[in-house]
Amino acid sequence: MIEINNLTKIYGNNTDKALELLRKGISNEEIKKRTKQVVGVRDASFTVKDGETFVIMGLSGSGKSTLLRCINRLIKASAGEIIIDGRDVLTMPAKELEELRKRKMSMVFQRFALLPHRTILDNVAYGLEIQGIDKEERLAKAQEVIELVGLKGWEDAYPQNLSGGMQQRVGIARALATDPDILLMDEPFSALDPLIRQDMQEELVDIQEKLRKTIIFITHDLDEALKIGDRIALMKDGQIVQIGSPEDILLSPATEYVARFVENVNRSLALTASSVMVRPRYVVHPKDGPRTALNFMEKHGLSTLFVLDRFGKLKGYIKAEDSSELTAQGVKDLAGIIQTDMPTTRPDSPLADLLDVMAYTKVPIAVIDDNNKLQGTLVRGSVIAGLAGGRGGDK
Amino acid sequence: MDSIPRIPLAEWTDALIAYLQSNFGTGTQAFADGLEGLIKGLQGLFIALPPEFIIIVIAIIAWWLAGKKIAIFSLLGLLFVYNLGLWMVTMETIAMVISAVLLCMLIGVPLGILGAKNETAHRIIMPILDFMQTLPAFVYLLPAIPFFGLGVVPGVITTIIFAMPPVIRLTDLGLKQVPEELIELGKSFGSTFWQMLIKIELPLARPTMLAGINQCIMLSLSMVVIASMIGAKGLGGIVWRAIQTLNMGKGFEAGVAIVIIAIILDRITQNLGKSR
Repeated sequence: MIEINNLTKIYGNNTDKALELLRKGISNEEIKKRTKQVVGVRDASFTVKDGETFVIMGLSGSGKSTLLRCINRLIKASAGEIIIDGRDVLTMPAKELEELRKRKMSMVFQRFALLPHRTILDNVAYGLEIQGIDKEERLAKAQEVIELVGLKGWEDAYPQNLSGGMQQRVGIARALATDPDILLMDEPFSALDPLIRQDMQEELVDIQEKLRKTIIFITHDLDEALKIGDRIALMKDGQIVQIGSPEDILLSPATEYVARFVENVNRSLALTASSVMVRPRYVVHPKDGPRTALNFMEKHGLSTLFVLDRFGKLKGYIKAEDSSELTAQGVKDLAGIIQTDMPTTRPDSPLADLLDVMAYTKVPIAVIDDNNKLQGTLVRGSVIAGLAGGRGGDK
Repeated sequence: MDSIPRIPLAEWTDALIAYLQSNFGTGTQAFADGLEGLIKGLQGLFIALPPEFIIIVIAIIAWWLAGKKIAIFSLLGLLFVYNLGLWMVTMETIAMVISAVLLCMLIGVPLGILGAKNETAHRIIMPILDFMQTLPAFVYLLPAIPFFGLGVVPGVITTIIFAMPPVIRLTDLGLKQVPEELIELGKSFGSTFWQMLIKIELPLARPTMLAGINQCIMLSLSMVVIASMIGAKGLGGIVWRAIQTLNMGKGFEAGVAIVIIAIILDRITQNLGKSR
């Protein structure tokens, strides 16, 4: 767990005076006018839970990168506390800080920061090398992580021979190689093409699913924040203006600024279910039997599956655990486990009406027409992407 | 303006040199002896080895680092020098250049690192370098004599003074040009000062540093010629004697040999930075 309390960073050579003014509630501009000191981060407090992906989002100059660098003390904060494992990063002695950076946290950079004179393998092994791990062991470990990020076969290449997306995979692999608890990611995908960026976002979500690191992720892209973040902190002028889940930020913006920020994204009123639904590619028919259904679900990583009759009408859904039980019992027919309590909606329903349902349901929402035919399904990802103005459903 | 008495800069300089000589004489003598050992050792080695062997080794090195053309040029150029009967003096000159460059690197690289890491050191070192580079070489050729006498050692020492600044400057510059993000990378993984230097900063500064060393070699070569005025011998000695006796033909021959050596050394060391 990372606990940040009243963190403040002031740039300049006489920060005491500026701090004093800041504590009195004087504005950043006024402080600059009076003391020539620039406020980078202003009184930021938040807690990041273990295994959480915490996104700090804001426009350039909002202090988000400064805040991130305060956490591993690349920038020394002027006041406040950064508590990691009960120790304050800001005041810990240099040796302890070095240990913390070596083993506990690692960083991913916007422009990748790969060493041009080292091969991919040696780049990935950098952190382990710094830890003093012997060559054979560190290369084996680096190899493992390279495979995790899908770069097998590129070990002996040099960074300049790789595309941007691949270079950032190396950056991520390097950060993961030391097996840190905390990943600090400074706009890692900002320098990539939009399509590559989306792939990388999805992959990060996958990797995070497996590894459950504590991630602090900086971005200026709200779509990205919504897609990746468990919680999002919005920053403006060095201050955190709102912290909340993606839904919170979208649906109940705390300030005018946040409201304006999400204005372009908050299209839930204009969007309808049909515009963000996903084609129902994965469905079963009652005669298919539980074993087929179970294989199908395993193959595509689904926990539930809609059941249609032979006319394409929705009969209900089944759960993976029920089908596996049924399979174990040797029952051939699905009929006994079909549940009918799934939320349904019409294609023309406004998305705004569905968000509440979306937030609490464990089953995708079924979009059906007047004849009870399944038109599509609403899954969390596609709805949020739709709200964020990114790709809607893949129709 | 004439009412201000003349500032006795010349007298002060003489006094300072006399003071240094009487107080640090033994230290400088030890240094001079060490340096002389190095130069004489290298000269002895180069002269003892058969010329064919040296020519072939240099041609191979040139091929490896700078390509076929330079290799052929080296081969023909050195054979030409041998043919002119200037082989021995050329080896003397090369030994002096190598000694000077080694010492320039030994002293210059750490000073460059210091300058890059420490702003105060930077502010002290840079004006001294300006001074070293712009002060006419003859001016410090003279004080070298009372310290080290006439001969090859004062020649190489003045060469070191003259040729070291680019090593310091470009080491300093190369280290400062390392991108900020890579410095952050090093720190964020908990690298120590030395790990940063050896694993990140020096490798990235390498091309710039090698450009400095290339310049250092060129300056050394030009200076060892001038240093023949205080008895450094070598190719410069031939030139110096030719000037004194108005023997233009001999002087030109030695001059051409110097140019050949300069081109070979320059092309080879220029490509050191690019090779990988």
